[in-house]
Amino acid sequence: MGAGKTATAQLAVPAGRPETGAARGATAGPAVEIAHLRKTYGQVVAVEDVSFSVDEGEIFGVLGPNGAGKTTTVECAIGLRSPDSGTVRLLGLDPRADRDQVHEIVGVQLQEGALPAKLKVSEILDEYRSFYRHPADVAELVEVLGLAGKRKDYYGSLSGGQRQRLSVALALIGQPRIAVLDEMTTGLDPGARRDTWDLIEGIRDRGVTIVLVTHFMEEAERLCDRVALIDSGRVVALDTPAGLAAQARGGKTVRFLPSAPFDDRLLVGLPEVVMVEHEGQHVIVTGTGELVNAVILTLAATGVTARDVQLDSSNLEDAFVRLTGRRPDKEGTPA
Amino acid sequence: MSTLTLPLPSRARRTAFGKIVLNEARLTWRRPVGLIAGFGIPVLLLVLFGELPKFQQASPALGGYTAFDLYVPILIVFGIAMLALLGLPVPLASYRELGVLRRLSTTPVPASWLLAAQGAVQLCVAVTTVAVICVAASVAFGAPAPVSPGGLALSVVLAIAGLFPLGLLIAALARTANAASIIGRLAFFPLIFFAGLWLPRALMPGVLLDISNYTPLGAAVQAIQASILQGFPPASPLLVLAGYAVALGFLASRLFRWE
Repeated sequence: MGAGKTATAQLAVPAGRPETGAARGATAGPAVEIAHLRKTYGQVVAVEDVSFSVDEGEIFGVLGPNGAGKTTTVECAIGLRSPDSGTVRLLGLDPRADRDQVHEIVGVQLQEGALPAKLKVSEILDEYRSFYRHPADVAELVEVLGLAGKRKDYYGSLSGGQRQRLSVALALIGQPRIAVLDEMTTGLDPGARRDTWDLIEGIRDRGVTIVLVTHFMEEAERLCDRVALIDSGRVVALDTPAGLAAQARGGKTVRFLPSAPFDDRLLVGLPEVVMVEHEGQHVIVTGTGELVNAVILTLAATGVTARDVQLDSSNLEDAFVRLTGRRPDKEGTPA
Repeated sequence: MSTLTLPLPSRARRTAFGKIVLNEARLTWRRPVGLIAGFGIPVLLLVLFGELPKFQQASPALGGYTAFDLYVPILIVFGIAMLALLGLPVPLASYRELGVLRRLSTTPVPASWLLAAQGAVQLCVAVTTVAVICVAASVAFGAPAPVSPGGLALSVVLAIAGLFPLGLLIAALARTANAASIIGRLAFFPLIFFAGLWLPRALMPGVLLDISNYTPLGAAVQAIQASILQGFPPASPLLVLAGYAVALGFLASRLFRWE
């Protein structure tokens, strides 16, 4: 049912269809421009009002807790869903109306996209390569992604990490100008994850704009030039990872061992406290201002002493917690 | 369904479609459930029936034909039905389940191409099944050559056109490949009954025969049997098949979900 508008859409682009790799896509301007995006499913508002723009050559992170609207935002951005209102432009093109051109220049790796088990890696790559006018060099791509030794293997015999890397390979096989990667390192072991980060930086160095959806703070800190933090369908912060961490300064985390159990509500009620968590015997309190004093004095008033007190400096994760009131999803529970 | 447009020059479009067909053919070969059900079983049954002496005796109760003669069209329809009800919908449902259709929707190639490619592969298997059964029946087992080859070709085309949309409908309704497989099997048995697999149409009492005439497999057997044994088939089974093709094709295209 998807797209029936194609013929008119092509006529609407005055320049016609550019023939060369360098000229692909439309005019200068931001690579991705999303303005006042709104999308509801029945009664549920998945995306309330999301706006951001991504410059060419940027690695842009989309962060947020489960159900914040990250995936819906991305699906609207690449034209898989039509927003209720708001606009999306990818290199000046409308992903729904100009879907043919957009799919030629935007590579997408979606979450949980499997492939038939009984196809070999080389057969899959050969098929997807044929869809594009300017396909990548497959030998180089599999080399970079560490799949060179797996070309003769069936998809069904690949490990989770190898499947994930193949999925990234398929997103890059058309030599896109924009790559949208949704949870690309979920399920990878730490070594493979770092290799993939190197790969993404290498791709950016060739001028590709990268939109990265991730729940993984370390990944965003390491890779992203800027991040948008989405919560409850809105952008609650948009800055560099360092800038966000600085915003959270004054926001801090205290970890301690209480001498006796106590009611969490005692601390949650304090103006300085954002969140109280437990980790074994230890308690972790996140908050702002004179957090340490407030916590220790309040506990002391009820006869509880805090021992083994550690104070963490703020980072992107603290910013996330402060702005959303939740911890980022841990590994293995992607949004 | 999506319009089949693509921003590739037409030769590249053909190459892309060819690559999809090639991989669908590989998958059909490597996961041969549909091949076994749609080609292997009817050909095996043909050989078994061909070797049974009782099946080779002409009988007045069967209108002067042998049981074998009457089973040739039934086995042709058996093959087409298995390919339509299992061979086609199970992979398509699995592609939706795996997210392959969604992934294709993000490439310059529309996801509908995968349906077309899978349909083309199943069509090739169906045509091969029909050809092997027809040739083997007359060359190896002495059944009469088709009186009306043109009528046979038309009947087979309409049978495929009437039954493949039923497979698309199953793929539209089933959430998973497993569900598609179960629905396909459940639909197959009543349908193949009316084709006369257990009770040839020549022996069916009036009411059953009337019902059979309006089922897709019954109409297909009626048209194919007439083409082989008598001549160009009557209009009614051809119209029944064409009606199913239009109605089921419309339903399937309205109900098919890409996600």
